[in-house]
Amino acid sequence: MKRIFAFLPLVVAVVFGGFFLWGLNPDRDPNAIPSVLISQPAPQFDLDPIPDIGTPGLARNDLVGNGGPVVVNVFASWCVPCRAEHAVLTGLVERDGITLFGINYKDKQEDARRWLEELGNPYARIGSDLSGRAGIEWGISGVPETFIVGNDGTVLYRYVGPVVGEDAISKFREALIQAGALKRENS
Amino acid sequence: MMRLLIALVLALSLPSLVAAVEPDEMLDDPVLEARARVISKGLRCVVCQNQDIDSSNAGVARDLRILLRERLVAGDSDEEAVAFIVARYGDYVLLKPPFNGKTIILWFAPLILLGGGVAVGVTTLRRRQKTDKPNGLSASEELEIKQFMDAQKAGAQE
Repeated sequence: MKRIFAFLPLVVAVVFGGFFLWGLNPDRDPNAIPSVLISQPAPQFDLDPIPDIGTPGLARNDLVGNGGPVVVNVFASWCVPCRAEHAVLTGLVERDGITLFGINYKDKQEDARRWLEELGNPYARIGSDLSGRAGIEWGISGVPETFIVGNDGTVLYRYVGPVVGEDAISKFREALIQAGALKRENS
Repeated sequence: MMRLLIALVLALSLPSLVAAVEPDEMLDDPVLEARARVISKGLRCVVCQNQDIDSSNAGVARDLRILLRERLVAGDSDEEAVAFIVARYGDYVLLKPPFNGKTIILWFAPLILLGGGVAVGVTTLRRRQKTDKPNGLSASEELEIKQFMDAQKAGAQE
């Protein structure tokens, strides 16, 4: 019995050490908010298009039956990181043939139109979320956020913040591969 | 000087009294508004993460306050209104963690650690008391000492 107690400090040290190791892991983001949407059906929403840009609006039903996963990006013209992310998303659409939908979050429609004119419009559909209510349905905490939604309307992945920079892009590409939207590159 | 001090204290205590709720968000019904204020003090703002939505100026916090009031006006109970928001943002938005299967360790860990600590402390103290107490000598030890002392005495006499 006494022998077992002799190992107790070691066990305690290992348990606490494990927690410290986990806490000090530089890849862990303590501000990350766990999403309740993962593996859940995408929320209900129905958004009108931005007028005069020729891109249709976005609703829950549009996420289903696109022959593969789609990417839903929440963006706004007032969001500076979105500007950097725009190039990455455009690349995904043009080079990799990703289907990209947009939710234009709390943006003046005139500003959004000008923003898309200036930078180009990679979105197949854009819903104009003037009130921010669709954003709440998606549980977003800020812009930009990017979701991958499966062909059956199940949310597969969520990326909080701009998909910019090598780490973020490789993470996002990996998620796209996992979702079956991209083929793994043979290197 | 005293007046200045009082003014300073009042000015410093002001922020804690003022919430971010703006007049256009408030409900006309004071009972519903009071309920909304109480609920929103328990909901976390997802942008400024350690602040409740009642005192946060963030856009999303404002949207959630308005949404919460809409739910209350629509006839939701407090629990239903909170459940509506938790369904979208998860347990994370509750400033006080809920009591369920996932958080059971969180709630009981302090008790278990305290209990463990007390148990270790008590056993250690008991063991120390036992070893501190001088034990009486056994019969064979008494005999050995007696023989030794006799031998010493015999040696001294010579």
